[in-house]
Amino acid sequence: MRRFLQPVLAVALGLGLGLGVAGFAGESPWHLLGILARGAFGSRYDFGMTLFYSTPLIFTGLSVAVAFHAGLFNIGAEGQLTLGALAAAILGAVWPRVPWPLGPLLAGLAAIVAGGLWGAIPGWLRARRGSHEVINTIMLNFIAAGLASYVTLYLLQNPASQNPETRPIGAGYLIRQFGLFGGAPVSLALPLALVAAGLVWLLLWRTPLGFEMRAVGQSESAARMAGIEPERVRIIAMTLAGGLAGMVGIGEVLGNAGMFRLGFSPEYGFMGIAVALLGRNQPAGVVAAALLFGALHKGTADLDLETEHVTRELSLVLQALIILSVCADGLWNWMRNGAARGRGFGEVDSGPKAEPPLEKEGVL
Amino acid sequence: MARNAEVELRGITKRFGGVAANAGVNLRILPGTIHGLVGENGAGKSTAMKVLYGIYRPEEGEIWVGGERHHWASPSDAIACGIGMVHQHFMLAGPCSALDNVLLGAEGTRWGWIDRKRARARLETLAGLYGLPVDWERPVETLAVGQQQRIEILKLLYREARILILDEPTAVLTPQETSLLFGNLKRLRDEGKTILLVTHKLKEVMAFTDSVTVFRAGRVMGQVETRRTSPEELAMLMVGRKVVLSLEVAAAQPAREIALEVSELGLAGPGQSRRRLSDVSFAVRRGEIVGIAGVEGNGQAELLQAILNLRDGLCRSSGTVRCLGQDVTGWKAGRIRDLGVGVIPGDRVCEGLLPERPVTENFLLGLQRTPGFRRCGFLSPARLERAAARAMEEYDVRPRDLGIAAANLSGGNQQKLIVAREFDRQPRLLIAAQPTRGVDVGAVESIHRRIVRARDEGAGVLLISSELDEILELSDRILVMYEGRLVAEFRRGAATERELGLRMGGA
Repeated sequence: MRRFLQPVLAVALGLGLGLGVAGFAGESPWHLLGILARGAFGSRYDFGMTLFYSTPLIFTGLSVAVAFHAGLFNIGAEGQLTLGALAAAILGAVWPRVPWPLGPLLAGLAAIVAGGLWGAIPGWLRARRGSHEVINTIMLNFIAAGLASYVTLYLLQNPASQNPETRPIGAGYLIRQFGLFGGAPVSLALPLALVAAGLVWLLLWRTPLGFEMRAVGQSESAARMAGIEPERVRIIAMTLAGGLAGMVGIGEVLGNAGMFRLGFSPEYGFMGIAVALLGRNQPAGVVAAALLFGALHKGTADLDLETEHVTRELSLVLQALIILSVCADGLWNWMRNGAARGRGFGEVDSGPKAEPPLEKEGVL
Repeated sequence: MARNAEVELRGITKRFGGVAANAGVNLRILPGTIHGLVGENGAGKSTAMKVLYGIYRPEEGEIWVGGERHHWASPSDAIACGIGMVHQHFMLAGPCSALDNVLLGAEGTRWGWIDRKRARARLETLAGLYGLPVDWERPVETLAVGQQQRIEILKLLYREARILILDEPTAVLTPQETSLLFGNLKRLRDEGKTILLVTHKLKEVMAFTDSVTVFRAGRVMGQVETRRTSPEELAMLMVGRKVVLSLEVAAAQPAREIALEVSELGLAGPGQSRRRLSDVSFAVRRGEIVGIAGVEGNGQAELLQAILNLRDGLCRSSGTVRCLGQDVTGWKAGRIRDLGVGVIPGDRVCEGLLPERPVTENFLLGLQRTPGFRRCGFLSPARLERAAARAMEEYDVRPRDLGIAAANLSGGNQQKLIVAREFDRQPRLLIAAQPTRGVDVGAVESIHRRIVRARDEGAGVLLISSELDEILELSDRILVMYEGRLVAEFRRGAATERELGLRMGGA
């Protein structure tokens, strides 16, 4: 129960604090909340845009979560999704004549493989060379951005446009958008994201591989003693994480733009870290957190127009405050002080205690 | 009782949640004595000491020190009153020198600067007085465990503690270090210090204490003078039933089939340091227990690594390993274990368990690829729970709660959980490293019985242990390891404790 309660309370607290701050700036918090709610859920189109922003966050949130379970911190989702989108766009631009069902399949696969490879590199470096994945994924983000610029500007620049974007992909690559949302680009990528969340759950909690990943994340030495190869598991985990992030490209390139647009991502990769954190690295939690962050992103879009003192950057403030509230372990421990002390008993006389894990509340 | 007690606990009750870890604990300790506190894991002895040291505040009861009643708000009050505690896991800053570690938190200053010179002079006097020589300049993490412990004790003496609490001080010590420690403690006692010794090794209690208090389930079962009691009586008070302290093990009937054979196993150390294993050759037949005796750190951990090939390239430099009829020299650990190799690792928390995960998942660790736990290709929680519940019942892991995190089990029950898991795969070769370290007497008995039973059912057992009693009791053959080599071999009954001890020391 507490598992669900804490994130929900954290969100409420973060929103309350954020709107309170806006109140100091001279806007009525209730008025702001109204604008947020209307902006995110006011019409079919608004709700559609919320879903559109949420979809990539599901993928990147899952990506971070999968790596995290294997004890890895994937800060490289941004680079992985860039490469995924780029690969899909290149395929679609270079062979525009591929017929329909084949097009999305191939391009989707390309996005997954490209993202996966981009994730496998830091995975391999960590496993075989011992260099830390945080550093390597950050650096690979820059390389991915450079690579994307080069391909877009020098190899595949769209001749019909002044914008930094690639030539459009063939019509046979496009995936269906749902008409339900008043023109908002909600495509098949959304159900795909939900399926991915289900598969990730299945992987983590119902397969030997998923168990091995979690075991490695929990205790590398115990996993090794049990006959698991941490190196192999880590490489697989980072590859999967990269592939999940790469799937962002499916929604963007095949379901929305029909091309690779430089800078299309408002840092979905980094928001994915927040999404995974808020979602407690659980697939269902990730979906819920992605929806929330998508709604924040959409809901704050109109603040510039509708208020005098607040701009859409409030979205970032709100996100930050929610994350701070989630992470305020001390606060939550203090709130359930009595119960927390009760946990001491089992430890009273027990042998050596393990180091506290990175994240306090376990998963499952 | 003519003399006044130095330390007295009266009616201490301390609850965690609904459970009383201490229920009306009374304790009375005379000055200038060594007092043992024994009890199984979770019996409340550590809780009582933490109350005395000010870490826990009791709900009821009084603390009297030196004839006065005290209330502690925190350990610093207790320290100010002359109480010091050496924790089971040392509280030392690894990269700092011994001197810095002692000064940490008690820096004497002169004009605002730390006066290291005077501090050192005072410490050397203390060290000389109590016979506790220490290397003051080297980083403490490079020192042997026994030295680190000495630093911990000096830390207390530097803070002018009169009452020393030692929590399981010998759990990590070699036999030599242990006897050294107790020599030092006796000297401290003779200088007038009062020493409280939390332990579950009855032998130590019998040999080195003046009086004993036995804890069971949060209560004091009795306080006796050591010379008026016996280990059997103490064990019975601790567990509440008669405990077999040393098992009668029937002679082995080894099969001809060889379970494990290593030949000329070698392992180079890092850099130019000595080889960590050299020319290790031995064989274990099915149906026999071969014990590797040795002071810890003489290559036992490396031997386990080398047999299982746990880290490619790093753990074997030369030699061959044959396991259950196969040459497994180049194999990966997982494949070797799949032949039917059970392993009880030397460090149960770090190597044997996923501490934050529930019992069920810990039971699955290493068995996750066996088809028995799957349905339609996916892991089946229902099957896993059924198997884990059955094993908990069979191996008496308490509490019977499948959801409890492994870290919250007592040490003995953690070990029983590992034993349950490793025996559940019905190993044909069992490698048990320090299988009863830090485990209470009741659990020791049950683990030893299991190991012997596995042998009688035809498993080859390699027992790696630094507990001489355990080696002598269980092993059909004893090999002695010293500095990475096997230096002696004995048959069952052919070795005395003294002889083994000498060999372990390299004589």
